[in-house]
Amino acid sequence: MQLTKRRFAVLFFSLMSSLAGLAAHPVLAQVPKPWEMDMQPAFSPMKKEIIQLHNLVLVLITLITLFVAALLIWVCVRYNEKRNPVPSQTSHHTGLEIAWTVLPVLILVVMAIPSFRLIYYLDRTPNPDMTIKVTGHQWYWEYSYPDNGNVDIESRIIADEDLKPGQLRLLDVDNQLVIPVGKKIRVLTNSADVIHSFFIPSLGAQRYAIPGRTIELWLEADKPGVYYGECNQICGQNHSRMPIAVHAVPEAEFNAWIEQAKKAASGGPVQSNLLAAAEQTGSKDIQR
Amino acid sequence: MAEATHGDAHGHGAYGHDAHGHDHKPAFIQRWLFSTNHKDIGTLYLIFAVIGGTVGGTLSEIMRAQLQFPNNHIVTSGQEWNTIITSHGLLMIFFSVMPALIGGFGNWFIPLMIGAPDMAFPRLNNISFWLLPPAFVLICIGLFMGESGSGWTLYPPLSNQNFEPGMGMDCTLFALHLAGASSILGAMNFITTIFNMRAPGMTMHKMPLFVWSELVTAFLLVLAVPVLAGAITMLICDRNFGTAFFDPAGGGDPVLFQHLFWFFGHPEVYIMILPGFGIISHVISTFSKKPIFGYLGMVYAMVAIGVVGFVVWAHHMYISGIDVDTRAYFMGATLVIAVPTGVKIFSWIATMWGGSLRFDTPMLWAIGFLFVFTLGGVTGVVCANAGIDEIIHNTYYIVAHFHYVLSLGAVFSIFCGFYYWIGKMSGRPYPEFWGRVHFWMTFIGVNLVFFPQHFLGLAGMPRRYPDYPEAFAGWNYVSSIGAYISGAAFLVFLYVCFRTFTSKERVADNYWGEGATTLEWTQTSPPAFHSWLELPRIK
Repeated sequence: MQLTKRRFAVLFFSLMSSLAGLAAHPVLAQVPKPWEMDMQPAFSPMKKEIIQLHNLVLVLITLITLFVAALLIWVCVRYNEKRNPVPSQTSHHTGLEIAWTVLPVLILVVMAIPSFRLIYYLDRTPNPDMTIKVTGHQWYWEYSYPDNGNVDIESRIIADEDLKPGQLRLLDVDNQLVIPVGKKIRVLTNSADVIHSFFIPSLGAQRYAIPGRTIELWLEADKPGVYYGECNQICGQNHSRMPIAVHAVPEAEFNAWIEQAKKAASGGPVQSNLLAAAEQTGSKDIQR
Repeated sequence: MAEATHGDAHGHGAYGHDAHGHDHKPAFIQRWLFSTNHKDIGTLYLIFAVIGGTVGGTLSEIMRAQLQFPNNHIVTSGQEWNTIITSHGLLMIFFSVMPALIGGFGNWFIPLMIGAPDMAFPRLNNISFWLLPPAFVLICIGLFMGESGSGWTLYPPLSNQNFEPGMGMDCTLFALHLAGASSILGAMNFITTIFNMRAPGMTMHKMPLFVWSELVTAFLLVLAVPVLAGAITMLICDRNFGTAFFDPAGGGDPVLFQHLFWFFGHPEVYIMILPGFGIISHVISTFSKKPIFGYLGMVYAMVAIGVVGFVVWAHHMYISGIDVDTRAYFMGATLVIAVPTGVKIFSWIATMWGGSLRFDTPMLWAIGFLFVFTLGGVTGVVCANAGIDEIIHNTYYIVAHFHYVLSLGAVFSIFCGFYYWIGKMSGRPYPEFWGRVHFWMTFIGVNLVFFPQHFLGLAGMPRRYPDYPEAFAGWNYVSSIGAYISGAAFLVFLYVCFRTFTSKERVADNYWGEGATTLEWTQTSPPAFHSWLELPRIK
C-alpha cells in the first residue's frame, strides 16, 4: 500500500517534471513535490523528531476541529426553530464549565511533554564533528569551513536563462554547501547586511542570520544527496532568489573535495565540481 | 467662511443643541468634519474601514494574481512586491479591521449598550478618527513610491536607511505613529466611558459582552501601542538622526526591535479579535433566543486572553537565536492561551444548545466564525510549538494560520456585526438573499484561498515570495482561484450596501425580536441623533 502510493507519487512527480521540461536529478534530490500536502520527508534525525511530534499534534487538532464541527452541525440540526420552537433558558452548568477548562489543559499537557523534549533536543549538538560558518548576503550565501583552512565559498542562484536541463528553477545554485554524511555539523549563522533565514526543510533546520549576532544550529544528513532550502526572512529585492542547496557526500568524498577547494583557494575561483564527481561514483545514491 | 460663524455656535458645546429638540442635526460640514456625536464618528470609522479594506483587498487580488503561476510577471520587481505585501498588512490591520471593530462598532454601540448619551470625550473621539485619514495617505505614499518594502513587521536592518533609503519608508513609519496615537486616544475614551458612564444599576457584571470585549481591547491598546510608538521612534531616529538603536555597527541590536515590535504585535492580534468575540456572543444569543451561556466565564476568558497575550510575544521569534529556556517558557505560555479560547468556543456552542435557532445572515456569519476560528486556533497550537516552528516559521503555514484567525475570524465578525446592526444604524433592512449569497461566496472563497496554504507551508514554501519553484504551482493556483471568488464576494457586499441604503423599507426598533435583549434595541432604528437623554435604570 505504502509502496504503491510512493510509486504513484514518484511517477506523478516525474510526469510533472518532464512536463515542466525537467529531467529527474541523478542524485537524491530532496525538493518539494507538486501537490505535496505534508512536511517534506525526513533526512536527518531532527526532522524525524519534528515529523513525529507534528503527526501527534496533527491528530489532536484534527480531532478537536472535527469534534467542534460535529457539535455545530448537531446544534444546527437538532435545535433549529422548527424542531425546537421553545428555547431553554439554561445559562449555567458549573460541571460542564469546569470540564471544558480542565480537559483542554490535560490535552495540552499530553502535547507539551514531547514538545519541551523536542526543543531541547533540537537546540544544539554537544559534540559537533565540524563547524561551518554561514553568512547571509543580499542576495547570496557564503559558506566557510573554519576547521578546514577557512575554505570560503559563495553560493548564488543559477539565473533562469542559465539553467541547464535537470536544474531546478529558484532552487539550484552554482556552489552547493558540501557536508559529510552522518556527521554532526555545528552551523554558525551571521549576516553581512540585513536579516536572512537559513532554512532547509528536509533536514529540519532553520535559524535567522542576523548582523552582529552569531546563532548556532546543527545539521546532520542521514543519506548522501542534495537537500534544498530557501532564504526564509524577507531581505529585499531578491528575497526569493537566494536558495540553499546542501550536498551531503560520504566522508571520503568530502575530504577529497575540501582538499581540492583548499588548492583552488590559493589560485583561481573555487568550484565545487561535486555534481560531476558524485554522478560518477554515486549510482548508489540514486533514489528513484 | 460659513464654517467660521458656525464654529462659534459650535463653541457652546455639543450639548447646546439639545435645547432645540433632541433630533436636531447640524449642517453637513459641521456634522461630519467637526463631529462630536458618537454615532456619526462611528459611521465615519465604518466608511473608512470599507475604503481601507477595499484598497488592502485590491492588493491581495494583485498578490494572488502574481502567485497564480510560477514565473509570473504581473508584479515587476521584488521591491515592488515587498511594498505591496507591507501595505496590504498595514492597511488591513490599522485601516480596516481596527477601524471597523473598535472605532466603528465600538463608537456606535458602547454608549447605546450602556445607556450613555455619548462618549466621555466627544472631541477626543473626533480627533481619534481624523488622525486616521492622513495616516492612510502616508501609507499610500509609501506604497506608490515603492519604498516601504520591509514587510509589515518593519524589521531593521531592512527598514533602515541603508536598505530602504527612500522617504516612502519614513512616511509609512510616521503613518503608524498617527494611527497609533489615534488608537491610544480612542482607547482612553472607551475606558473612561465604560467605567464612568454606565446607566444606574448596570454593574460591571451586568455589562453586555460586547462592551466587555471593547474594554479589554482598550486596555490592550493603551498598554501595547506606546511600545510600538517607542520602537518606531527609535527606528525613525536610526534612519534620520544618526542614532544606532538597532544597528549592530553602532552597538545596537536588530533583535531588540523584534522584542519591542512583538511586545506590541502580539497583543495587537487580540486587539483585532476580541471585539469580534463580543459581537459573536450577542449574535449567537439573539438567534438562539437564549441568554449567553456562562457569562462570567466568557468575561474572564477575555480578561485572561488579554493578560496572557502580553507575556507570549517571543513566540514570533523562536528562530531569532533566543535562548532555549526562553523558547521553552514562551512555548508554555502560548499553549496556555488555548484554554480560555476553548472556553469561549464551547460556551458559544452551549449557548446554541437547547436554543431555538434562526439562520438569518448574521447567524450564518457567526457559525462560520466558530468554524474558521476553531481551525485557525488549532493551527495556532501547532505554530506555538517551538520545535515544529523550526520548519514552519515564516512559511505559508503561518500565513494560513493568521489569516484563518484574522482575515477569516475577525472579518467574519465584522460582517456578522454589519448584518446584525445595519438595520439599527440605518433604519433600513438589508436584502436577506444577497446577504446569504455574500456569506456563502466568502466562506467558500476564503477557505479555498487559505486551506491549501497549510500544505504549501508544510512543504516549505516561504512567505513574502513573488515567485516560487514549480513544485508549489498546484496549490498556489487553487489559492488564487479562491481569492477571485472572495473578491467577487466583496463586490456582492458592496451591492448589499447599495441595496440597503437605497431601500424604501424601514425596520422596527427591535427587528430581531425576543432574542435581542441589550439596550440598543429599545431605541428607535435609526436611534435619535442624541440618544439616552434620560438614563435607563437597570434592574
